[in-house]
Amino acid sequence: MNFQLPDINPIIPEITMTALALAVLIADLLIKKKEILALFSIVGVAAVAYTLKASSGMTFGGMFISDGYSTFFKLIFLINVVLTVAISIKYIAVEKVNFGEYYVLILFSTVGMMIMASASDLIVLYLGLELMALSTYVLAGFNRHNVKSSEGALKYFLLGAFSSAFLLYGTSLIYGMTGTTDIKAISLFISEKGLMGNPALLLSVIFFVVAFGFKIAAVPFHMWAPDAYEGAPTSITAFMSVGPKAAGFAVLGRVLMVAFASVSVNWTAILIPIAILTMGVGNIVALSQTNIKRMLAYSSIAHAGYALLGIIAANNEGLASVMNYLMIYAFMNIGAFAVIIMLRSEGFSGENISDYEGLSKKHPLAAALMLIFMFSLTGIPPTAGFIGKLYLFITAINAGYTWLVVVAVIFSAISAYFYLRIVIYMYMRDPKEEVVLTTSPETSVALAVSTFAVLAIGVFPSFLLELARSAIAAGF
Amino acid sequence: MEQVIMNQLNYPILSALIFLPIFGALLILFCRRSWELLTKWIALVTSFATFLISLPLFTNFDRTTHKMQFAEKHSWITDWNINYFIGVDGISVLFVLLSTLTAILCVLISWESITKKVKEFYISILLTTAFMIGVFCSLDFFLFYIFWEAMLIPMFLIIGVWGGPNRVYAAIKFFLYTLVGSLLMLVGIIVIYLYAGKTFNILELMTKTYPYTMQFWLFWAFFSAFAVKVPMWPVHTWLPDAHTEAPTAGSVILAAVLIKMGAYGFLRFSIPLFPDASRDMVPVMLTLSVIAIIYGAVICLAQTDLKRLIAYSSVSHMGFVTLGIFALNSQGVEGGILQMLNHGVITGALFLSVGVVYDRTHTRKIADYGGLASVMPIYAAFFMVFTLAAVGLPATNGFVGEFLILLGGFTKSKLAGVLACTGIIVGAGYMLWLYQRVFFMEINSKIVGLPDMNIRETLALLPMLILVFWIGVYPNAFLGLIHASAQHLLDRVNMTGGQEINIAKAILEVVR
Repeated sequence: MNFQLPDINPIIPEITMTALALAVLIADLLIKKKEILALFSIVGVAAVAYTLKASSGMTFGGMFISDGYSTFFKLIFLINVVLTVAISIKYIAVEKVNFGEYYVLILFSTVGMMIMASASDLIVLYLGLELMALSTYVLAGFNRHNVKSSEGALKYFLLGAFSSAFLLYGTSLIYGMTGTTDIKAISLFISEKGLMGNPALLLSVIFFVVAFGFKIAAVPFHMWAPDAYEGAPTSITAFMSVGPKAAGFAVLGRVLMVAFASVSVNWTAILIPIAILTMGVGNIVALSQTNIKRMLAYSSIAHAGYALLGIIAANNEGLASVMNYLMIYAFMNIGAFAVIIMLRSEGFSGENISDYEGLSKKHPLAAALMLIFMFSLTGIPPTAGFIGKLYLFITAINAGYTWLVVVAVIFSAISAYFYLRIVIYMYMRDPKEEVVLTTSPETSVALAVSTFAVLAIGVFPSFLLELARSAIAAGF
Repeated sequence: MEQVIMNQLNYPILSALIFLPIFGALLILFCRRSWELLTKWIALVTSFATFLISLPLFTNFDRTTHKMQFAEKHSWITDWNINYFIGVDGISVLFVLLSTLTAILCVLISWESITKKVKEFYISILLTTAFMIGVFCSLDFFLFYIFWEAMLIPMFLIIGVWGGPNRVYAAIKFFLYTLVGSLLMLVGIIVIYLYAGKTFNILELMTKTYPYTMQFWLFWAFFSAFAVKVPMWPVHTWLPDAHTEAPTAGSVILAAVLIKMGAYGFLRFSIPLFPDASRDMVPVMLTLSVIAIIYGAVICLAQTDLKRLIAYSSVSHMGFVTLGIFALNSQGVEGGILQMLNHGVITGALFLSVGVVYDRTHTRKIADYGGLASVMPIYAAFFMVFTLAAVGLPATNGFVGEFLILLGGFTKSKLAGVLACTGIIVGAGYMLWLYQRVFFMEINSKIVGLPDMNIRETLALLPMLILVFWIGVYPNAFLGLIHASAQHLLDRVNMTGGQEINIAKAILEVVR
């Protein structure tokens, strides 16, 4: 018997995260005050972040890889989870869903995302994707007193299940053709055997794009997003709009750029119309929304469209620009949701855009922060949103898609209208009713961190650009 | 670095100009809401200090060279080869000075008329000032774009929060028009950045030649941004709304500085970067300019709103500016640049003047006035000077600029020159008629007993009055600054080729 323990070094962050989630699950039985669980989770996540640095390499026979690419995405997930937990503490108490499982599910969902980012085998990828998705389905329906929440969660679940089926179908086709599920081996097999024009291969590429398209909420696979985002507890909407989307991009990037590198002509041809539709539908439908969560749902669809430009560029620089964008998006979007959460108070949803009327009068600071996030989402300098978009545009033009960037800027000019509408309501109208802000120290810290990040990255982006570029430089 | 003369002063003058207003805005940010007077004084002192600091630009400017002066360069975003690179030459220096002067006047004129959200107002004014100065100083395309776009935020708020009844519509129209144009320019900037080997350095970009097709498309991409800002016909429609609804200070900033950025953009970027395309597009640009001149002037005749009339007169006057610039000869270009300054002074002063009576009567309708000359005689005298300057009477600054432009225009195209002259005639018509309706005739019951201008208001108008005569009588003080840079610009255009102007050929070339 020479059973050898696999090298666990690359997977230590995931193990730590799982242990943390289990610890919180057990602690939930013993601890009455759920706030302690939240703080414990934050500290635990910080510990996970610490282990990120040391983990690198391949393990489990090449099924799991920890490289610069995956580490950068894990950093996004961890920032996402910390900020989400911080803005949740007070909010879920107001919503009367203050249960420990909430934090456990968030942590498990994040474990799933981390595994996705690190998967170098389609089976591991599926494992991570389902762990993430199942936890998120439950979280989306966590507000069980609310019919909308259940409805959104059910839609999310049904369509998510469909997308999983697509993923599995694509995987089985690939396995049938190449006899492997290893992402690198697939790539090697395709180029060695000259399968580039094989219709079955193209079919499986389409299946993968469809499956991941659901996760990143690209049009026409976005149908679940507005309902799920509107129904879910606001903190979970923030979480969903950043984490699962980033995880979707992580696997999209790795599978397309590694496994299907040799057929990049084909998948860019599929992704270009998807990107245009995503930007178009997202931005145009957002114009007519009256619920701010729904509006941001469509905005988040549109942002996936911009990010797709980097994937379409089909080179490392393009991926770096996507990673850079998702990191920036995490800060500005969660920041905006943090303000939305503060408006929620006992008996007042604060979700209608008209609730923002005259906010600057009573609460100038909250209004000013929202203004910064809205301008950042529009992509106006000197905020981070501009840097993110600029990087995407540069890589797309460098890859020869100038016309596509022209389309993107036109849609991004359209988007200015609905972001500005919030600013107009806050600054240029008189308040109708008294809005009471539900503040908590944790929310304030999350807001401060997001605002600082949005402005600092906007003026001094070098650090983040360098980080994204060096993460990708070592290759996959 | 032969194109640049680094800053010789013992302090970074241009950086000081950009960051002092931002510093003032930060100070105000930390003021309590109830400390309104302190807020105003901080704004006034900051803007005055900025103006004083900017004076050496005028006195120490080397008039013999076209090179960038007072330059500073620091590395900023190394990954993209972006530098914090600023400097001024003869084209931009006057606008930096105009911006710093305008800031003081805006603070003075708003002293009593802005009563709500005082803190935010002065923060917005100071930030706008800083960004405007930044736009004129930037020698790095990225830096330029940051300032160019960032300025939209405070300007949007100034129009939308403190403006007239229809302010929200005007603000969003202003924002969207400008944003669409700017974003298309951004695409152009990226294209040129990648083509020139990843550099945003404007001076470096100017040393390269670009293929004709590329020049053609980029010219129009940049045109979309600059034409909206100028504003040229037919994308001028945001301007009457924005000017009319903005508070006095907002209108003044818009008229005096902001719309100069469009024309400045043509001079700084479009013409030197795309000389061949610019030369071939002259007929198009001249046509659009002439349409703007005549159309703006005729529309003015039908206006019943004071501010709207002045706004449309801006369209007409800016038509002269673009006419001069695209005449592409030394009289035209120098006249165009001088007229930009003149228009800033005159129209800025006219909006300041309208603000003075608007604060008293809260009406902008021309029909609500009449006989103001006997109620407010000092005010009437000031307004008279600005009216005559707008008409272009000799010995005022308006005359010098328009004369040079027409000279240049005639040289380029007789027809354009003749048509532009009709604009001047109509211009004299609507301005004098306006003056008659507001200041002479019977005293309207609504304005009986209005107090004349106080010291604060007089102080706000006085610098403009001085400039009107100074430029009018001794234009060489200013033309001297412009000359070397304008000549360098023209050399650049005429150096590359110099073939017949032919649009049909240009379009054929692009299609091919």
